[in-house]
Amino acid sequence: MLYLQILVNGLVLGGLYACIASGFSLVWGVLNVINILHGSFIVLGGYLAFYAYALLGIHPFLSILIAAPLFFAFGYAMQRTLINRMIAAPVLLTLTLTFGLDLVLSNAMLAAFTADFKKLIVEPPLGVVALGTVVVPVDRLLATLLALGLTGLLYLLLSRSSIGRAIVAVRMDREAAALMGVKVKSVYAITFGLGALMAGAAGPLLAMIFPISPLSGPVYLGKAFVICVLGGLGSVPGAMIGGLALGVVESFGSLWFGPEHATTLSFVLLIAILLVRPEGLLGRKGYS
Amino acid sequence: MRKDALIAVALCALVGLFPYAVEAYWLRLGTTMLMYGVLAMSWNFIGGMAGYPSFAVAAFFGLGAYTGAVAQKFGVPMGLAWGLAGLCALVFAGLLGMALLRLRGHYFAIASLVVAEVLRELVNSATDLTGGGMGLNLPVPAASSIDAQATFFFYAMLGVAAATFAASLLTANSKLGFGLRCIQQNESAADMLGVNTTWYKVCAFMLSGVFVGVAGAVYASWVNYIEPPDVFDVLYSVKAIVMVLLGGVGSLFGPLLGAAVFLSLEELVWRKFLDVHTGVLGLLIVLLVMFLPKGLLSLSQRLPWARKR
Repeated sequence: MLYLQILVNGLVLGGLYACIASGFSLVWGVLNVINILHGSFIVLGGYLAFYAYALLGIHPFLSILIAAPLFFAFGYAMQRTLINRMIAAPVLLTLTLTFGLDLVLSNAMLAAFTADFKKLIVEPPLGVVALGTVVVPVDRLLATLLALGLTGLLYLLLSRSSIGRAIVAVRMDREAAALMGVKVKSVYAITFGLGALMAGAAGPLLAMIFPISPLSGPVYLGKAFVICVLGGLGSVPGAMIGGLALGVVESFGSLWFGPEHATTLSFVLLIAILLVRPEGLLGRKGYS
Repeated sequence: MRKDALIAVALCALVGLFPYAVEAYWLRLGTTMLMYGVLAMSWNFIGGMAGYPSFAVAAFFGLGAYTGAVAQKFGVPMGLAWGLAGLCALVFAGLLGMALLRLRGHYFAIASLVVAEVLRELVNSATDLTGGGMGLNLPVPAASSIDAQATFFFYAMLGVAAATFAASLLTANSKLGFGLRCIQQNESAADMLGVNTTWYKVCAFMLSGVFVGVAGAVYASWVNYIEPPDVFDVLYSVKAIVMVLLGGVGSLFGPLLGAAVFLSLEELVWRKFLDVHTGVLGLLIVLLVMFLPKGLLSLSQRLPWARKR
């Protein structure tokens, strides 16, 4: 029965990972830019939820509604003003650019919120739900379901709406999309905005579970990397499956090798997958 | 080549006089600058010549620092421990390169970035051998006064830097360097024309590891105490890249110029904006990448007398 509990823990964690990774994967796949800022966006979303609850009494689940438009606008503006100038530059330059931007943002957060951990504690506590011998805290379960719901919404947006189809078209063939009348520049900006939105919305959900610290951005970023490679670049179902898989691998890894090796395990997995199947487990060219 | 070598020897002699002319603070800065030079020149092998965006500098640096420190813990003399650190980084880079250099672009960048994280976790958890998160103290060298020690480590780092430069010079003028430049321009074409691309890339990666490993070990002896987040800091990788970008990618003296300019900027930032120094550093990186992606040496071509030619 222990294994079942560990599996459920892993899946609960994995739902959140899916939400973290889907936005990152989208930006990487469409813009061919690795957004090092993604981790810091998540942390910033967490702070937004913390202060919305502490100062205004807004429940973290509701603060997603505030975070989403704010982060979309932030991401849109950042792409339009800074990243778009470098979009055609070699990998090294765009990576270094987002790295520099991340240093600025994380330092700003460090100065504004100080380095100590903040924990968002919602009153009254929601308790736990038990199914047989498997016990899950309700707040974790809700956070995961919301995360998966958000990821599902992103999937619907990409597969049903006209802007979503335009994003997919640019991902598949930028030149052809431009010839068909897609405004590539604005698609890029919207995509980057969506990536920021997903990160900003994941922040409050993660803040329900983990303490918030300005230094945890790189941890989330690392997980997003691993999931992208696991699931295949630029595919929402891939990010979802990769996220759930990573959650399960991490929770079993913690059980068997001890929690201090969880990161090592996931990175070894990353390198192994990169070597054996660089396109990812579900990787393919299009973006469904 | 002869001209470059002469300039380098003159530069080396000039820098060698440094300890006779300045105080301890400047000597420390000088040692740091030489270390940065080693990191930048080393990155240039794989990043500049072969065009592979490596973020593995931090991994080699930390590996070298810990190899040197652990070896000295077991009583290996300091000089030998440094050599061992270089050897360890060389072998590690070779094995790692054989696996990772099959990847290209973003994938290679990320895989190489991750290596430092993994090594840091491993060092962190191997408490018996490395002291784990508590860090590791190194024996203080027998040299008597603090000034004498500072001078000693300055010359040690100068030695590493000179060796790195010599290797760069030899590589740039050899078949290996030519092959690497071919790979940078078009890897598939180079492969088709008979360049053994895998072997060349692994060679470049090994060259980019060995001197960084030695520099890491010298650094560990110099500061007497290391801990995992300090020596496996991903900023070492980023700084190396930024310095080369600043100086000019793929050039011989570019990385050195970049290291000197970068260190001056960093030191100014450190002193003036202690609370927000990483932020200002980030801002500098953004400005550099956006407005001067080809480096300072490219500015000389924009000067009026250069344009007439």
